[in-house]
Amino acid sequence: MDLQPISGVPALIAITAKNLLIFGGVLIVVAYATLAERRVSAFIQDRRGPNRVGPFGLFQPLADGLKNILKEETLPATASRFFFVLAPLLVLVPSLVTFAVIPIAAPLPTPWGVVDMIIADVPIGILYVLAFSSLAVYGVVLGGWASNNKYAFLGGLRASAQMVSYEVALGLSIIAVLMMTGNVTLAEMVWQQQQLGMWFAFPLSLAFILFVVSAFAETNRLPFDMPEAESELVTGYHTEYSAMKFSAFMISEFGHMVTASALMATLFLGGWDLPGTWDNAFWYQGQLIGGFAQDGSVILAQPTWWKTLLTLGGFAAKTGFFLLLYIWIRWTLPRFRYDQVMALGWKVMLPTALAYIMLVGGTILVLDELGVAWGFGYGLALTAVSGVATFAFIFFIDRGRTITGAAAGAAQKREIKTIPQVSSRPAIAEHAAVGD
Amino acid sequence: MTISVKVMHRPEPESTSYLRAALSGMALTFKHMVNPTKVTQQYPEEQTDLHPRWRGTHVMERHADGRPKCVACGLCPTVCPANCIRLVGGEDDQGNRYPIVYEIDEFRCIFCGMCQEVCPVEAIHVGRHFENAEYTRERFVYDLDRLMDQDHPSTLLWDPSDPQSE
Repeated sequence: MDLQPISGVPALIAITAKNLLIFGGVLIVVAYATLAERRVSAFIQDRRGPNRVGPFGLFQPLADGLKNILKEETLPATASRFFFVLAPLLVLVPSLVTFAVIPIAAPLPTPWGVVDMIIADVPIGILYVLAFSSLAVYGVVLGGWASNNKYAFLGGLRASAQMVSYEVALGLSIIAVLMMTGNVTLAEMVWQQQQLGMWFAFPLSLAFILFVVSAFAETNRLPFDMPEAESELVTGYHTEYSAMKFSAFMISEFGHMVTASALMATLFLGGWDLPGTWDNAFWYQGQLIGGFAQDGSVILAQPTWWKTLLTLGGFAAKTGFFLLLYIWIRWTLPRFRYDQVMALGWKVMLPTALAYIMLVGGTILVLDELGVAWGFGYGLALTAVSGVATFAFIFFIDRGRTITGAAAGAAQKREIKTIPQVSSRPAIAEHAAVGD
Repeated sequence: MTISVKVMHRPEPESTSYLRAALSGMALTFKHMVNPTKVTQQYPEEQTDLHPRWRGTHVMERHADGRPKCVACGLCPTVCPANCIRLVGGEDDQGNRYPIVYEIDEFRCIFCGMCQEVCPVEAIHVGRHFENAEYTRERFVYDLDRLMDQDHPSTLLWDPSDPQSE
């Protein structure tokens, strides 16, 4: 079989087909993520959730979409019309185009050449992801500001502060991965995890934790949904939006979730990689290789359609796991206070990420100096170091003071010392006993 | 009756742990997520068991030959606190009284059940029924034929000699 990358007219057709299939697939996943959220939340609360439209409620997203199209579009009289209409688009587009650089499966062999299962294998990879995920904040801020509504405005302000803060921790947690791979393309990140023999979630466990937490904050999901805190801000930045514009915000939120889940899967759970070396494939000096032999010569990859399908299933399973985690956490944890979010971002996540970069960098340096080969042993050594770091981080954060928040923690401590609260407790207990 | 008091202790800041509390919360929600017993009642398919003394829309009992049991004595429109029963009585050749017009406005009715209590011949009853939706307001004035055609069970009266019973 000719293992050359696809070119010419078939390449154009393949690119078009990939665009349609992947973006169509992402939109379908987004639609069903809304259903999954409602169903899972219902299950968690011992309810059943929407189960009326179609079998098991599977057509509910269609009904929701139809409803949103038919509803009245409202435009607040004092809103800035141009930016009010622009904002949903500005949120929607970045959340979806980010998916373009994520490889979703092993390369697919066709009679005309090998098709990479990625829309755009751009050389800047993860930088493209970071650039577009930071663009999303403009839509949120614009939406809140253009609405000319104080709640929407507050939501927009919170969103900007929160997303800018956590972008720092997000970016810094990725740096550990970049140091491991030595490249920013996501295809190479998958390849390096295949070569390491283990997924980066283990050798970079602390970065994984920091990335997951930052990604939750970046996507404005609970417990970090300050921008749309219902009990305080109505629904925050999209308070004034209705019908399809509201739906655009909704789709973008779930689009962000899907993209962030796919990113977590790609960066830390090996992307489309499945255990074993049978599915490894990477473009190396114009050849599609499956690995290196002992003497350094390349072993050619054997791409087949069933490998592509299996790895696609693996990628979908990993992404689905993170989506479920998003929903599961949303319906478990209460919302942070705003100062707690900021304190966690700047006083815990940022220093930890910086220290961890030093730690990982030092460990990589030492391992390279010792001449340890890039492989399972290398991974195990890093796993041990990261495990200690993760344990120390959890031990430190698990003292109760860390989440209490910036000024509130200090004030609360003083208060407890001055007010004799403790002595009144036995009296209450006595009273209770009399009542019984 | 004693009131039991549950004293809630605010956790000390030094002894609380967000992470452990979060993880135990996740475990709890996961248990509920996979738990197959759900509290939701699938309403149109699963019907509620109405209480035997549930008071809903009225039922007029009839004789075996199809005539209403009502003797047009006029007690129910008199006792009705909502004044929702309209009764015009008549008399046939044998001197039997019967209702010419018997209408109950179910919108005005407060479902107190006093019409059933007061009825000397056990003709008018309130019923164990609640699905009364209609498209027009006029349809909520039930005439005699409609009252006789109601096929839901009628309400069980409270028995003063057995006050604890259902």
